[in-house]
Amino acid sequence: MAAQTPKNPEKHSTYLPKTKKSSKPLHDTPMLDQLESGPWPSFVTGLKRLAYEGKHANMMVDLLGQLEHSYKTRLGYWKGGTVSIFGYGGGIIPRFTELMDDDGKPMFPESKEFHTVRVQPPAGNHYSTDMLRQLSNSWNKHGSGLIAFHGQTGNIMFIGTTTDNTQHFFDEINSYGWDLGGAGPCVRTGMSCVGAARCEQSCANEQKIHRLLVNNFLDDMHRPALPYKFKFKVSGCPNDCMNSIQRSDLAVIGTWRDDMKVDQAEVQKFVADKGRKYVVDSVINMCPTRALSLNDDDTLEVDNRNCVRCMHCINVMTRALSTGDDKGVTLLLGGKRTLKIGDTMGTVIVPFMKLDTEEDYEKLVELAEEIIDFWAENALEHERVGETIDRIGLVNFLEGIDLEVDPNMISDARQSSYVRMDTWDEEANKWKDRQTG
Amino acid sequence: MSEQPRFPTESGVPDGFQYMHPAYIKNFGNWAYHDRPRPGVLHHVAKSGDEVWTVRVGTQRQLGPYEINLLCDIIDQYADGYVRFTIRSNMEVSVTDEAKVQPLIDAFEDAGYPVGGTGNSLTMISHTQGWLHCDIPGTDASGVVKALMDELYDEFRSEDMPNRVHMTTSCCQINCGGQGDIAINVQHTKPPKINHDLVANVCERPSVVARCPVAAIRPAIVNGKPSLEVDEKKCICCGACFPPCPPMQINDPEHSKLAIWVGGKHSNARSKPMFHKLVAAGIPNNPPRWPEVTEVVKNILHTYKADAKNWERIGDWIERIGWPRFFELTELPFTKFHIDNWTGARKSLNASTHIRF
Repeated sequence: MAAQTPKNPEKHSTYLPKTKKSSKPLHDTPMLDQLESGPWPSFVTGLKRLAYEGKHANMMVDLLGQLEHSYKTRLGYWKGGTVSIFGYGGGIIPRFTELMDDDGKPMFPESKEFHTVRVQPPAGNHYSTDMLRQLSNSWNKHGSGLIAFHGQTGNIMFIGTTTDNTQHFFDEINSYGWDLGGAGPCVRTGMSCVGAARCEQSCANEQKIHRLLVNNFLDDMHRPALPYKFKFKVSGCPNDCMNSIQRSDLAVIGTWRDDMKVDQAEVQKFVADKGRKYVVDSVINMCPTRALSLNDDDTLEVDNRNCVRCMHCINVMTRALSTGDDKGVTLLLGGKRTLKIGDTMGTVIVPFMKLDTEEDYEKLVELAEEIIDFWAENALEHERVGETIDRIGLVNFLEGIDLEVDPNMISDARQSSYVRMDTWDEEANKWKDRQTG
Repeated sequence: MSEQPRFPTESGVPDGFQYMHPAYIKNFGNWAYHDRPRPGVLHHVAKSGDEVWTVRVGTQRQLGPYEINLLCDIIDQYADGYVRFTIRSNMEVSVTDEAKVQPLIDAFEDAGYPVGGTGNSLTMISHTQGWLHCDIPGTDASGVVKALMDELYDEFRSEDMPNRVHMTTSCCQINCGGQGDIAINVQHTKPPKINHDLVANVCERPSVVARCPVAAIRPAIVNGKPSLEVDEKKCICCGACFPPCPPMQINDPEHSKLAIWVGGKHSNARSKPMFHKLVAAGIPNNPPRWPEVTEVVKNILHTYKADAKNWERIGDWIERIGWPRFFELTELPFTKFHIDNWTGARKSLNASTHIRF
C-alpha cells in the first residue's frame, strides 16, 4: 500500500526541513534512502531530520554515514567500553566506532562516541505529554535527540551521546525524578502491564509490585555484582502481556482462586448475537480442560475446579465472563532465552500468594531477596537463575530458598526411577503435616 | 573536572500515577469490561459507568524531538494530554468522550501514524538495535521492521487474522527480540574468524572457553601468542563467544543468514506458553529491504489466515494441523535441520502412530 500525500506536509512523519542547519554535509545514503518510502513511519527520515537540525546534528550526519556503511558491508561497527556516571557502575551502554581510515582515525568522527543511556520507565509506561517533551528537550540538549520507547528489557533508551554528556544528561533528568536502569550482571529494569489502570482482567496491583520489587534492589541494579542479569516482570493476569514467563527471571502474574464470574444474561445475549456454532467452536471447544458447557437455555456451566485460569473464554466473552474476587499472584522462576543451555520458561515456585496487606507485599519482597541471595551465592559466573535450577535441580533450589514442594510446580511427576528415596517416609510425613496444617 | 560531582538520587522506578490519565486513576482496579468498536480502538467501561476510548498508534519506536512534539501536539489538541506505550512500541492515547475518537484517529493518520495493532491484527514488530547501536549485530533491526511493516501495513490496520500475530526480529542468536508467532532471527552458518593478534589483549580466555555451549573452544598458542582455537567440527556457529571476545568475528556479510521461527506464544490462553520453532533458514541478509524475508513471512501469514480457526494463534494452529500439513500448505522445504538434537530433543519427536494422511 502506497503512502498517501500528506494533507499538511509540515506536520507529517515524512517531513524534512527545507534548509539544513548543520555544518557537515550529509553522506550519500542510497540504501537507507530506500527506507524512506512506504506507509510505515520511517526511522531513516527521523535520523535525517536530526542530522538537518538537531542540536548535535553533525553527530547524526556521521551516524547516518556509519549506518549506511553497515548496510553496504553488512557488518556492525560499534564496540563497547567503560562509561559510567558518578556513583553508579551500570546503566550506560558505551559505544565507540570501530570504523577507522588508513591513518587509524575515525571515518565518522562526529559520532565516534555514541553511547546509550538506559532509563527506567514509570510503572505501566504512562507519560504525560509534558513529561515526554521535557525528557525530549533534555536529550536534545545533551544528546542526539533520538529516544527509543522502549528497549526489549523495558528501558527508555536515550540513544547517542558523548562520554561527558552522559553525566550531564543524567544529572539533569535525575533531578526531576528519573533514574538509570540496569546493564550488565545486575538486577535489570522491570516491566509491568497497564493492568488495574485500564484493564478489567487485572488481578493485581501491577504498579505496586513492580516498584516494590525493583526499588528494593536498586543497589543490585546500579552496582552490577551478581552472577548475571536478573529480571522482574509483572503481568496482571495469565494473558501475560509482559511476556514474563519467557522473558523474566521472576515472573509475577495475577490470578484468582475462587470461581470466575458469569453474567448469565450477558452469556445469553452473546449466544444470540454470535450464534451457538460460534460459541461452541470458539469458546466451549477451546477450553483446554473442557471445563465449559453450553446449557440448553444458552447459559454457561463452568467446572471451576478444573478451570486452569487460561483466560481464553474471558478474552472472548468480555462482558459475560470475568475473573473471580479472591485475587492474588502466581510466581514463576527462571525464564530466559537461548544462551547458554537453550530456552527455559519460568516454572511455578509459588502457585498462589495473596497480595492484600502490606505484610503480604513484604513476604513477596523477602522471597525475592531469598532467591537473589541464594542464586548469587551458588550460581556460576554468567549463569541465569533458570540455568542454576537446571544444573542443581528445582528441589535443591527450593530448599535453598526455604519453599516447600507443591504438585503445581510440575506438568508430570517423575518418570525416571533412578533416584535415591530412602527418606520417603519423612518426606511423606512432611506432606501429611502440611495438609493437616 | 574541578566542579563537585553530583551524587545520584537513587529514585528507581518512577510512580506511574503521576503521569496517568485521570480516568485511569479514578477507576484503578475497578474496570468492568471492554470491547473494540473498530480496529485500533479499545473501549473500556468501568464499574462506575465511566468509559474510556483508547486509540492505538504505530510508531517507528525511535523518536526524535520533531516526532515527539508532533505526536504530543496531537495528543494535547485532540485528546487529554496522556499517553502510554505498549510492550511493542505502540502509543495508546485515551479519551473519555466518544466524539473525540474519530478526530484523534484522523489527526494521527493525517500525520502519517497508522492506527491499529489491536485484537486479531498483526501488531508492531518488537525489535532490537541492530547496526544502529548494538556491538554484536548480524543485521539491522529498525530496517527489517520498517521494510516488513510497509508490506504488512494493512494487516496492522485491520483485525482480519484468526488471532493476534506478534512478530519479533533479532540481530543475533541471543534473540533479544524475544519469542514470537513469527520471529526473524540471524543464524550464523560459519565458525568465527579469529584475529589471533588481538585475543590475548582483548579477551579473558577462560570465560570465553566457558561461554561455548558445545565446548568447542580451547586455549592455544597461535604464532607464538596466547590465543583461542575453535574445533570447527563441533562449532554450532551460535556466536556466543563473540560478545566476550570481539576478535572471534562471527558476523559475515554472506554467511550470516536469517532464519524464521514460528508459533511462539507468551500467553497462557488455551495452550500453555510455547517457544517458537524453526521453519525456514538460509535466507540472505539483504538490506535495505530484505525482500526474501518478506516473501516467506507473507506466505506463512496468508496460509495461517486462510487455514486457522478463530482464535488459534499460529502455534495453536500448527498443533492442530500438524507439521507435515504446515510444510505442505506453506510449500516450505522440510529438512534435517528441523529435527532438534539439543538436550531433551527426543521430547519433540513423534513417539506415536498419530499421523495425518
